[in-house]
Amino acid sequence: MARKLPRKDVVIIGLGWTGSIMAYELADAGLDVIAIERGPWRNTATDYPPGYAADELRYRIRHELFLSPSQTTFTFRNKMSETALPIRTWGAFMPPNGVGGGGVHWNAETWRFLPSDFVLKTHLTQRYGAGFLPEDMTVQDWGVTYDELEPHYDRFEYLCGTSGQAGNIKGTIMEGGNPFEGPRSRAYPNPPQDQPFGHTLFGKAARELGYKPFPQPSGNMSRPYQNPLGVRLGPCTYCGFCEWFGCGNYSKASPQTTILPALVRKPNFTARDNSEVTRINVDGSGKRATGVSFVDTAGDEWEQPADLVVLSAYTIFNVQLLLLSGIGKAYDPAANTGVVGRNFTHQTISDVVSFFDPAKFVFNPFIASGAIGMCIDEFNGDNFDHGPHGFVGGGYMGHVQTNGRPIETTPVPPGTPSWGAAWKKAVKENYQSAIKPGTGVHGSMYSYRDVYLDLDPTYKDRFNRPLVRITMDFHDNEIKQNKFLTDKFAEIFQAMGAKQVHKEYRKAPYDITKYQTTHLCGGAIMGTDPNTSALNRYLQSWDVPNLFVLGASAFPQNAGYNPTGTVAALAYWAADAIRSNYLKNPGQLINA
Amino acid sequence: MQRRTFLTLAAWFVGTTSLTHATVIHNHVPWAPRPNSPPEMVRPGPWQFFTLDEARAMEAIVDRIIPPDPETPGGKIAGCAVFIDRQLKGPYGSNQNLYTLGPHTHGTKEQGPQSALTHAELYRKALAALDKHCKSTQGGKSFAELDADAQDDVLRKIESGEIKFEAVDAKGFFSALLKDVPEGFFSDPIHGGNIDMVGWKMIGFPGIRYDYRDWVGRHNERYPHPPVSIAGRADWTPAKS
Repeated sequence: MARKLPRKDVVIIGLGWTGSIMAYELADAGLDVIAIERGPWRNTATDYPPGYAADELRYRIRHELFLSPSQTTFTFRNKMSETALPIRTWGAFMPPNGVGGGGVHWNAETWRFLPSDFVLKTHLTQRYGAGFLPEDMTVQDWGVTYDELEPHYDRFEYLCGTSGQAGNIKGTIMEGGNPFEGPRSRAYPNPPQDQPFGHTLFGKAARELGYKPFPQPSGNMSRPYQNPLGVRLGPCTYCGFCEWFGCGNYSKASPQTTILPALVRKPNFTARDNSEVTRINVDGSGKRATGVSFVDTAGDEWEQPADLVVLSAYTIFNVQLLLLSGIGKAYDPAANTGVVGRNFTHQTISDVVSFFDPAKFVFNPFIASGAIGMCIDEFNGDNFDHGPHGFVGGGYMGHVQTNGRPIETTPVPPGTPSWGAAWKKAVKENYQSAIKPGTGVHGSMYSYRDVYLDLDPTYKDRFNRPLVRITMDFHDNEIKQNKFLTDKFAEIFQAMGAKQVHKEYRKAPYDITKYQTTHLCGGAIMGTDPNTSALNRYLQSWDVPNLFVLGASAFPQNAGYNPTGTVAALAYWAADAIRSNYLKNPGQLINA
Repeated sequence: MQRRTFLTLAAWFVGTTSLTHATVIHNHVPWAPRPNSPPEMVRPGPWQFFTLDEARAMEAIVDRIIPPDPETPGGKIAGCAVFIDRQLKGPYGSNQNLYTLGPHTHGTKEQGPQSALTHAELYRKALAALDKHCKSTQGGKSFAELDADAQDDVLRKIESGEIKFEAVDAKGFFSALLKDVPEGFFSDPIHGGNIDMVGWKMIGFPGIRYDYRDWVGRHNERYPHPPVSIAGRADWTPAKS
């Protein structure tokens, strides 16, 4: 029997980036807020101090800071005709767990999406005609524009102390920045990070090829920074243990280093860790959330009543809780009805590994941060004419190598045996003179009718709840996009003087064992029509108006950038709508 | 809650050792004057998982996967077999953090591994099968008793699928070796391999130094300092007579 806790104004499910942002904003508005987090509380000094944070085996290989598949996982299949099987060990993406969420172990690559990304369907149809898009592609406009989100992007970047070079300030193109970005109201709060050798060479080669390279916008501090909440971060030391790791140095923007110290001091905020929400409760009408049920690690069941529910877990868990709670109509790809589970996307990543002459090049690959290097944006979104190429979408590309950690980053030329004396010799010869940029080509993935989430009929989690079933495959559009981008990317390494350039194209079928990024998107998307979106443009549920669903689950399709900047901007945008409008008159903010 | 669900839950909680106590956080940042999860250092001593026969085979195998050369020791001296021994004794060996519920069905390559075997069971069965195979085809000699060329030949045939084992997937075992042996060679010495940081010295990786602000701008200059482990570095202690 669940124990009932005293009512709160707001219950927040998941205390990662978006949960922390929303909790702060609503506590700041005077509301009594509780956040319930599945994983443990985590903090720099006690959980990943510099003395042992840099343990590649423990954190990168054994995934200690992530969710364990033993806690819960998903099932996966490429096609609707196949039987989905459980993901027993993580591969293509890495679900976070614990306070801070993915913000603890992200790279801190902090991008804004292009203005055209938010009106994608309208933009592409106007430029190329409706017939240019594949028939089964289900891209949509977001219902919110870049201009509306700009102040919220700005808030997040100043919260984080983002290091970067502006490319467009109020319409003026700035030398050395990304000339394709939407206009920003002011410069980044911090200058770009220093660039190691290989990254500098890449920028030079790209410039000589006629591109406009710019530094990767980074949540790793280029200098000490105090954010508007009074929280201080230290300068990044280029330790090379950033993504997959917690930062022991208070140098990477995370909820822990930017917002939680201020949030926790608010007397009207409470958090419960190691407590997993199992259901959002709704009243008899099905139109009003009454709170949530959760189970703590002692196995005790609790009920937390609240007037407003904010669902801010990881993409798939947002969708899972909606499905398990019966909120919103589940998507049916055959009938093309329903919204929850629809327009699920990931990313289209590929890499180019280059080998240089060891006698001439010493890259010291271990000197890096999680978001470092030089990028170009000529082939992102609709920054180039897709007419001759027969596909849509694109991505940024860059030499953004983040590490020389030796288990992960000891590349050898193609054709080298995978063990024995020849392998050992090749590892030794190439370690200092090879470039492996990581997510070098960071391509978009657009949405399709047959790529979606629903509940698995067979496999269960430890609470005996159905796992979410992922049905996903690459479509020709993304494969063509990746071929085109990867070839362009490789040309830059050739121009740098590589003696051997190895292209690792992304190919179909989608492989759940091969890491791309953790940027899963969609499944509970925002939009302008309740028949094709689960949320309105303020991330408010069309069906249950006192429920807001934050995170990349709201993206109608994924763009060619890392999502966190946009995820956070949307959280601020939704918080602003709640503070400015919803609280005065709780109810549906949009009349559909 | 259903009894079955409770039992599953109880088993899960018992199997998790740290950071699992639910707490209410209010008006303060939780803090304790000690790390929540300090690293566990592997200690020297006898084999913890492998039998002596298994250990002999493993030391031979790791020295073929990473053979010694005049500048750098091989997998055996580097402690790769000790590393794998300690890993198999721990959560990795028992698949503790993986999703292990059934049904176990063979799927497509893109759906990932579905075996019900734990890593520890895989090694146990495969090492037994390896010696059985060698003894029956190599005049009664176990794998460890073969000369290096013959060992390489056996391993190559396992890799290519030419040698199959009866009770266990030989190729799957070889894939595990190709992952686990280099991990022993390159992970921090606190895990039992990479003894004296030989793997790091071979490639010039400085370990956990953590601060390269003085070197990020020194382009095309080899970083000059020796590696440091989580357990520190012996020659940081002045040894003046």
